[in-house]
Amino acid sequence: MSTELLLGGIMVAALVLYVLFGGADFGGGVWDLLASGPRKREQRALIEKAIGPIWEANHVWLILVVVLLFAGFPRAFAILATALHVPMTLFLLGVVARGSAFTFRAYDSRGDRQQKRWGMMFSLASLVSPVLLGMIVGTIASGRIRVEGTTITSGFFMPWLSPFPLAVGAYALTLFAFLAAVYLCGEAGTDALKEDFRRRALGSGVAVGLLALACFALSRRHAPVIALGLTDHPLTWPLHVITGLAATTAFYALFTRRFTLARGAAIVQATMIVLGWAASQYPYLVVPDVNLFAAAGNARTRTLVLIALGVGSLLLFPSLYFLYRVFKGTSAFEALDKPRD
Amino acid sequence: MDSLTYARAQMGMSLAFHMVFAALGVALPLFMVIADYLHLRTRDPDYLEFSKRMAKGTAILFAVGAVSGTVLSFELGLLWPQFMGTFGDVVGLPFAMEGFAFFTEAIFLGIYLYGRGRIPPRVHFWSGVAVAVSGLASAFFVTCVNAIMNDPSGFQMVEGRPADIDPLAAMFSRPWAHETLHALLACYQATAFALAAVHAAVLLRHPTSTLFRKALRVSLWVGAVTALLQPLAGDLAARHIAEYQPAKLAAAEALYETRDHAPLLIGGIPDDKTGEVHYGVEIPSGLSMLAFHDPAATVKGLDAFPPGDRPPVAATHFSFQVMVGTGSWMALLGAITLFGWWRKWRLFESRKYLWAVVATGPLGMIALEAGWLVTEFGRQPWIVRGAMRTKEAVTPFPHMAAPFWTFTIVYVLLGIAVVYLLFRQLRHAHVAVGDPRTVGPVSLRGPVSRAPASAAPESAAPESSASESGAQVGGPDEH
Repeated sequence: MSTELLLGGIMVAALVLYVLFGGADFGGGVWDLLASGPRKREQRALIEKAIGPIWEANHVWLILVVVLLFAGFPRAFAILATALHVPMTLFLLGVVARGSAFTFRAYDSRGDRQQKRWGMMFSLASLVSPVLLGMIVGTIASGRIRVEGTTITSGFFMPWLSPFPLAVGAYALTLFAFLAAVYLCGEAGTDALKEDFRRRALGSGVAVGLLALACFALSRRHAPVIALGLTDHPLTWPLHVITGLAATTAFYALFTRRFTLARGAAIVQATMIVLGWAASQYPYLVVPDVNLFAAAGNARTRTLVLIALGVGSLLLFPSLYFLYRVFKGTSAFEALDKPRD
Repeated sequence: MDSLTYARAQMGMSLAFHMVFAALGVALPLFMVIADYLHLRTRDPDYLEFSKRMAKGTAILFAVGAVSGTVLSFELGLLWPQFMGTFGDVVGLPFAMEGFAFFTEAIFLGIYLYGRGRIPPRVHFWSGVAVAVSGLASAFFVTCVNAIMNDPSGFQMVEGRPADIDPLAAMFSRPWAHETLHALLACYQATAFALAAVHAAVLLRHPTSTLFRKALRVSLWVGAVTALLQPLAGDLAARHIAEYQPAKLAAAEALYETRDHAPLLIGGIPDDKTGEVHYGVEIPSGLSMLAFHDPAATVKGLDAFPPGDRPPVAATHFSFQVMVGTGSWMALLGAITLFGWWRKWRLFESRKYLWAVVATGPLGMIALEAGWLVTEFGRQPWIVRGAMRTKEAVTPFPHMAAPFWTFTIVYVLLGIAVVYLLFRQLRHAHVAVGDPRTVGPVSLRGPVSRAPASAAPESAAPESSASESGAQVGGPDEH
C-alpha cells in the first residue's frame, strides 16, 4: 500500500474516532440544551459527568486530522483553508465557546444564574459546531470547490451555502446527538434516566435515518461524484449493507433495552457512515480537482510521520484505554466479554 | 488596514493569548507534581492543598489553552495558506509529534484531575508526572517549528518550492537547541513568578499562613533558578543570532551601521529615516562583547541588508529592551532570594520583599511575550527566512477585518472570564488546612491584618464565609 493511501486511511480513522468520541461530546451538549421533564437536572448532571474528564482528549482527534492533512497533503490543506475560510472560522468560534463555557460552568460557583448562562453558551455552541463541521464535509464532497492551479475559482461563500452541505450539517448534528443518547443510556444510574435517554436515542435515530435519505436524494443533483460513488463503487455496497444492519440492530437493542448492544451497534453504524463517505469520495481529497496522490507532499515526511504515528500509538492507546477504564468503569471490549445486559 | 496587516494582527493576537495559557499549561503541572511529591514524602496536608489548587488552576487554563490551540492549528491555514501549502511537509513532523504530546497531556490530565481518590496515590502522582513531561515535550516540538522559520534547513528552494526535503534536518535546524532551551525556561520562569506573586499577596494579608509560605517557597525556588539560568540561555541565543540571523540582532539593537567595537544600546528611540537613535545610553563595545565575546568584533548593521529585507527596527528593539530589562530584574530578585535563604534571612517577614515579589508577578509573562515578539518581528519581512515573505503567504480571503475583530472580542471576553474565575478560586481558598477563614478579596488595598491570624476575624469578607465556600459547586477535584 502506498504511503499516501496509508496516511489518508489513518486520517479517516482519526475522523471516525473524532465522530465516535468528540462527536458524542457535542451530542451531549445538544441534550443539555434539550434537557426537559421532571429529571432535567439529573440529565444535565449525567451529561456533565460523562463529558468532564474526557472531552479535551477526545477533541485532539480533530487536531490530529488537521496536522496530518498539512504534513501529508499540504496543498489540499491550503485549498480547504482558503475556500472554507468562513465556515471553518465559525466552527472555531463554536469550539472556543463550547470548551470554555463547559469549563467555566464547572468552576464558576456564584450560583444558578451564572451556571445557566454558561450552560446555555455550552449547549448552543454544541448545537452549531456539528452543523458547521457537517457543512464543511458536505462542501468538500459536493464538488463545488473549484481550483485552477493554486487559485480557487469558486469564491468564498457559494460552495458551502447550498442545500447539500446544509443537509450534511443537519445529518452530522443528529448523528452526534444519536451517539450521545445511546452512550448516555448505558451510563445513566437510574432506570428513569435510562428511559429518558432511550426515548431521545430512538427519536434522534429516526432523524438520522431520514436525513441520510435526504442527503442521498440531494446528492444526485448537488454532489454527483459522491452520488456515483455511493451507488457504483464496489466497496460502498457492502458498507451500505453493514450500516443498515447496524442501524436496525441499534433500534432493536434500544426497543428491547439492551443498551450495551445498542452502543456497539451505534458505534458500527457511525463508523460505517464515515467510511462510506470516504470510500465514495476516493481518490479525491477535494472533489473534483484535488486528488489524494497529486496533493501529496514530500514522501520522506510522510514516512517519518507514519513512523511517529506508530511509535506514538504505542504510548497513546494504552493511555486512552486507561483513561476510559478509570472513568467509564468498563473495558473497551465489554460488548464481547458480556453478550447479555 | 490591508489583508496582510489584519492577518498578522489576528495571528499575533491569537498567539499572544494562547502563549500565556500554553506556558501555564506547561509549567503548572510541574508545581502540581512537586507539591504531590512533597506531600507523599512529608505527609504534610499543606502540600496536598497546594497541589489541589495548582490542579484547579491547571484545569481551567488547560481547557482554554486546548481551545485556543485548536484555533491556531486551523489559523495556520486560514491566515497563511501559501505558507502551509508550500512548507506543510517541512514543518509537519514536529507538528505531528506536538499533536501526540498534547494528546498524552490531555489524557493524563483527565486522569490526574478526576482521578484523585479513585486511583492509587502513586499512580495518581505518576499521571501528574506524565502531564508535566508531555507538556514539556509539546512546547519543545512547537518551538522546533519556530526554529525552522527563523533559520530553515533541510531543503533547497527550487522555483519557489522546497525540494529535496529532509524533515529531520529541518526539524533540528540550527537554532533548535537554544530556542527550545530559552522558551522552556521562560515557561517555567513566567509561571513561577506569577504564582509567587499570588502567594506573596496572600501572605501580606495573612502573614501566618503556613500553607502560603510553603507555596511561596516552592514557587520562588523554581523562579529563582530559572531566572538565573535564563541569561545564560539568552547569551547562547544572542551569539547564535549574531552569527546566523544578523538582521534580527541588528534590529534588536537598533544598529544601523556595520562596525567593530559595536556599543550596547540601552533604551533609545530609533529613527529609520536618519538611521540614528535618540535618547539612548551606549555601553562602548558592549554589543561586540555580548555577540562574539570579543570587544573588537565586527557586528553587522542594518546597512548590510537591502531596505526590503530589514525587520521593523523600533518594534524589535523595544521588545528586546522589555525582555532584557524584565529578565534582568527577575534574575536580580532570584539572586537576592537565594542569597537570603543561604544567609538565613527571614525574607517572608519582610513586607518590602513580599511587595517586590508581588510587583514582579506579571513580568515573567511580559518577558515571555516580549521575547516571542523579538523573534517574530526580527524575522520580518520573512515568514520562512530567505525562502518566503510574509506577504506571499497570506490568504486571498478579502474580508479579513471580520474574523480579526470577532476573535479580538472573543479573546478579550475569554481573558476577562478566566482572570475573574481564577481570582474567585483564590478568594474562596482557605488560609490554611483546617482554618475556616478564606483568603477573601484579593485586592491588595483591602484591610491588612498584621496581628496573629487568630485575632483577625475582620480579614474574612462576609461573602466568602466558610459556609459558602464549603458549599460551592467545585471542580473535578471535589467530585
